[in-house]
Amino acid sequence: MSDASSTAPSQAGATSQSTGSRTLLDKIWDQHLVHAPESGPAIIYIDLHLVHEVTSPQAFEGLRINNRPVRRPERTIATPDHNVPTSDRSLPIADPISRKQIETLRENCKEFGVQLFDIDDVRQGIVHVIGPENGYTQPGMTIVCGDSHTATHGAFGSLAFGIGTSEVEHVLATQTLLQFKPKTFELRVDGELARGVTAKDMILYLIGQIGTAGGTGYVLEFTGDAVRNLTMEERMTVCNMSIEAGARAGMIAPDQTTFDYLRGRPECPADFDAAVEAWKKLPSDPGAAYDRSNVYKGSDIRPQVTWGTNPGQVCSVDSVVPSPGDSTDVNVQKSTASALQYMDLKAGTPITEIEINRVFIGSCTNARIEDLRAAAAVIKGHHCSEKVNAMIVPGSGRVKLQAEEEGLHKIFTDAGFDWREAGCSMCLAMNPDKLAPGERCASTSNRNFEGRQGKGGRTHLVSPAMAAAAAINGHFVDIRDWDYR
Amino acid sequence: MQNFTVHQGVVATLDRANVDTDQIIPKQFLKRIERTGFGQFLFFDWRFLEDGETENPEFELNRINVKGASILLTRQNFGSGSSREHAVWALDDYGFRAVIAPSFADIFFNNCFKNGVLPIALSEEDVEELFQRAEKGNPYQLTVDLENQVITDGQGFERSFEVDESRRHNMLHGLDDIAQTLLHEEKITAFEEARG
Repeated sequence: MSDASSTAPSQAGATSQSTGSRTLLDKIWDQHLVHAPESGPAIIYIDLHLVHEVTSPQAFEGLRINNRPVRRPERTIATPDHNVPTSDRSLPIADPISRKQIETLRENCKEFGVQLFDIDDVRQGIVHVIGPENGYTQPGMTIVCGDSHTATHGAFGSLAFGIGTSEVEHVLATQTLLQFKPKTFELRVDGELARGVTAKDMILYLIGQIGTAGGTGYVLEFTGDAVRNLTMEERMTVCNMSIEAGARAGMIAPDQTTFDYLRGRPECPADFDAAVEAWKKLPSDPGAAYDRSNVYKGSDIRPQVTWGTNPGQVCSVDSVVPSPGDSTDVNVQKSTASALQYMDLKAGTPITEIEINRVFIGSCTNARIEDLRAAAAVIKGHHCSEKVNAMIVPGSGRVKLQAEEEGLHKIFTDAGFDWREAGCSMCLAMNPDKLAPGERCASTSNRNFEGRQGKGGRTHLVSPAMAAAAAINGHFVDIRDWDYR
Repeated sequence: MQNFTVHQGVVATLDRANVDTDQIIPKQFLKRIERTGFGQFLFFDWRFLEDGETENPEFELNRINVKGASILLTRQNFGSGSSREHAVWALDDYGFRAVIAPSFADIFFNNCFKNGVLPIALSEEDVEELFQRAEKGNPYQLTVDLENQVITDGQGFERSFEVDESRRHNMLHGLDDIAQTLLHEEKITAFEEARG
């Protein structure tokens, strides 16, 4: 099967080359090797395990059946996020099956001694928002969660990836995972991003370039000046969507921006300066070899909008909906035609003429305070279009509080946006927040799959600023021309 | 975990690339806290019409000649997106024991091995040939032999496939990963103690 499998393992424990120069991945890998057999997967230690209500009940049940404890409860934190309502938290959850799932998480955490940030705790929120904001997520760590967007935490120079429920159980029982060492793929973005072009546009552009399976079998390392200049929250947006390129994880080497973000966060090491000294040794050595490297120019990236039913089906806001005939590949032609049909779009339509009736600003990709500030800057002095129903869902209780302290919620509600409680919400529409069939949504989330935001719903992925502008105009607009008030 | 040695079964084709786990098992069915009973929801939004009950006659798995199929033949990057293991549970519960495609998404690929469902990557050309043979078969059957790592239809198609040796071993014997790892428990303890 040559390279066709998703794993294409390299030798467990081997560094990328013989010179001794190591990549960021090599260093983290070596520091976490518990057992490296001659062949087959290595056993690697897991520093932090994030748990939520949807992918954990069967794992806890497995522990119970086999009479196994959670090996390291202090390295495990849990919160309900996927399936929680984002309306009034003082009311009981209406859907009995959802309520049962959240109660099951509560009972499991109690039984196995795992810390839970419950629905009424200010620390509750999307797992990939609360890990970093509380300082649990730190450089050099191995971090897993039964959620594919765990790649988010790689923004801190950690190795972080999503796992299935059987692996959740494996980590709960052993604090380790069986892993083949992934290959490394450097995506370097040189130069600067133009005004109005965001981290979301960068990652959508990169996925468009390498495709939704372009990163399969790899850990992506994002490098270059345009990446270095990103804030931590922007870096999280970039790493978050690594999985949409098929990659196991995405990482960005830690630097002063990382250390400044972490200093003072509650769960950071007591001797923070000593920790920083160790973290400074993590970045890839000069001359360390990646298995693959691609180089892009920041100035080539324009605001992006997805037009299809996977995140690789994306184009610039100033272009038009593509035609199946644009490609010579039969498979691409077929998937383009099928996507256009589902999305009810005609090839050749300018992106700025696509009208929307829903807007979702939220998700582990774009629900942090900076995302909300970016949306507020666009919205201020404007009003949501009458034909658009727009909702803003903060990533955590803390993000919500911070936004309210800054008065952002007033800007949103005055402009006719719905301001809600924290959770995954309409990113995956497990809770009551969903699209009706045929509704078209500008969304800051990460997946535009068929039915992702509700059966028959149509999703266009964009940055928070682009989503806010679309809400105001009722159609996509090029944010580079925006009238900031 | 159920073991996998040799399996003969009817092939169902799904001629689509990049089938994501949201399609394999839509989110409204992820609220259950059990591992079982997901087969009825497999490919739900494609398989059923608007009423959620009537089978969509145009969907490939609803064709009469693939009823009882246990081998799924599909295109590249199968299982992309969400890490939900429910996707494999649904395939397994529906009756699929093997999935053949040119490539698989990473997390889905891993999840298959944890549940005794065998993902087999063949070249694009071989997959295309299987699609053509399956079109003519009524029904079309394949035999997947994990012991010898060979797929054959008994009518001239025979290909070997690769699988990591440790995964093959665990699948053949239905071994549980956690029990295997705990054989190295003293190494885990030593690792924890060395880090302080």
